[in-house]
Amino acid sequence: MNTANQYLKAIYLVQEREEGPASTGAIAEMLDISPASANEMIGKLESNGLCHHEKYKGVDLTEEGILRARNALQNYCIIERFLIEVLAVENFREEATQLEPVIDETVAERLDTIIDRAPQCPDCFDAEADVCALLHRELDAAE
Amino acid sequence: MSLQSPVSSDHQLARLLQIGVVLEEVVEARAAKHAAEAPDIDDEVRAFLLEAAEESGEHRKRLEALVEQLDAETVPFDEVQTLVEQQYEANQDFDGVLYDQLCNEETAYKFYDDLIEAIEESDAQFSIERSHLVSELEAIREEEATGVEEVTKLMEE
Repeated sequence: MNTANQYLKAIYLVQEREEGPASTGAIAEMLDISPASANEMIGKLESNGLCHHEKYKGVDLTEEGILRARNALQNYCIIERFLIEVLAVENFREEATQLEPVIDETVAERLDTIIDRAPQCPDCFDAEADVCALLHRELDAAE
Repeated sequence: MSLQSPVSSDHQLARLLQIGVVLEEVVEARAAKHAAEAPDIDDEVRAFLLEAAEESGEHRKRLEALVEQLDAETVPFDEVQTLVEQQYEANQDFDGVLYDQLCNEETAYKFYDDLIEAIEESDAQFSIERSHLVSELEAIREEEATGVEEVTKLMEE
């Protein structure tokens, strides 16, 4: 199981939103955890060369961190789309987050063979809506 | 977005088993399609693919029985078969077919391995007897491991 990837994804999305380093508070808020827990994991990610953390400035992902974050985000998009398109799950955001740590990249790749995902994924992810922007439009149109 | 255990209720367990059913359905549909349509494969490989499709069908039924005990439903095989057909990208040369089957077996093994680990780490009470659940998943995982060995041997021949 991999919660590190969930952290990397959250840092990446906060950095995209802020267009700069991500504050520990914003990361903790996105993951709905305490800042102390966030700090602990950020320390581990930093020692694995996945991010830099500067006090009062925030967290910056390294190149490798960005790569892993984007893969994690892509996996999340696959899980969300799979839940909607194949299993018709209404509460797909919450369930995708629960499933993330147990659906790894290889499994997501197989699920990807039966869904209809855009080639620009994960750049079309809308962090505020917590879903792919294209899918968000499809869902809005269907309502 | 929040961090939670992936298997802390019957509902979450059922969802993961439903995903397992779909994975087996994808494997079954792809292996059967390759056995029926790939032009450049010999009888040994064709027989192996048919056997692999049959084995996935068996795994699917065992998972469906577990899902049923959790009072949930699974996606019918013909629906997944249609999705496989719609999104299928032809890659039917000998190596492509066997490589696809290797990915199928390795993916299924990894899925069951992660699922067993998540169940063992969870202290939730499920409607299914935990020891029966884990032993079923372990048995299926072992058959996937054998599948990986068999397809690797065929690729080396």
